[in-house]
Amino acid sequence: MKKSWIIIGLFISLLLVLFISPFASSSPDGLERIAEDKGFLEKGEGHIITSPIPDYVWPGIEDEGVATSMAGVFGTLITFGLGLGIGSILKRR
Amino acid sequence: MHIPDGFLSPGVWSGLWVVSIAILGFCLRKVKAVLQDKMIPLMGVAAAFIFAVQMLNFPVAGATSGHLLGGVLAAILLGPYGGAIVIAIVLIIQCLIFQDGGLTALGANIFNMSFIGAMGGYLVYHTIRRAVKGDRGILVGASFAAWFSVVATSSICAVELALSGTSPLKIALPAMAGIHVLIGIGETIITVFVIGTVLKMRPDLIYKK
Repeated sequence: MKKSWIIIGLFISLLLVLFISPFASSSPDGLERIAEDKGFLEKGEGHIITSPIPDYVWPGIEDEGVATSMAGVFGTLITFGLGLGIGSILKRR
Repeated sequence: MHIPDGFLSPGVWSGLWVVSIAILGFCLRKVKAVLQDKMIPLMGVAAAFIFAVQMLNFPVAGATSGHLLGGVLAAILLGPYGGAIVIAIVLIIQCLIFQDGGLTALGANIFNMSFIGAMGGYLVYHTIRRAVKGDRGILVGASFAAWFSVVATSSICAVELALSGTSPLKIALPAMAGIHVLIGIGETIITVFVIGTVLKMRPDLIYKK
């Protein structure tokens, strides 16, 4: 039981992206809003790299809610793995 | 508040890349010295949770949204250096896999949200925690630090935009700080809720120093 918080924490994170992220606000965030209002939004439209899952939407899935949930689950798991991995490496060295 | 490619001038983004690598190197060395076994999975869970909650944009005034930055939340659990590393992990994944925040601006985003947000926010939290005793100190510290971290991060972001010649400081600073005064309230609500829950369930997971 002592380590159950790890599973619970990860489980809550996955529930949030699975069921809530499709309903998140799609309005621009603070910085985007100001970029739009102050007329410099177009400066940020180019990209140096093309990411595999741009804008948290899994490519090739028609239902945008499902595509967002899938992107979220993938991102949550990979972030968990990277955090755990870096922690483990730091401990071992 | 993830800055995309194109907003920052080469001088500003390359300088902040150098500064951020130096800060992260410093943090990694510092964390090694205080790393306890339970902090290893906590780095994973905190990174995953903050990634997840950052996807949950909430509406604020005038067709604008905000989301958790999580720097103070991470630092209360893992200390300022561990917290900064966790936020950097989230930012790197968001940039490389989800095109959220530009690759050139990644150094600036790490500087803003890890260094100013997590480490700067922790300083505020730590100061209040020393002045107010017990769990109340943790919660009061968390609430002020969370709000402060968002406003401070957005102000630094405005300074970077001004230095880059993207938007003059007298326009960018009041606009960025103004909207993030509101977004910061969301940061406080989420941070206090999560830290309050951790205090009830597993108070040993709160970083102590």
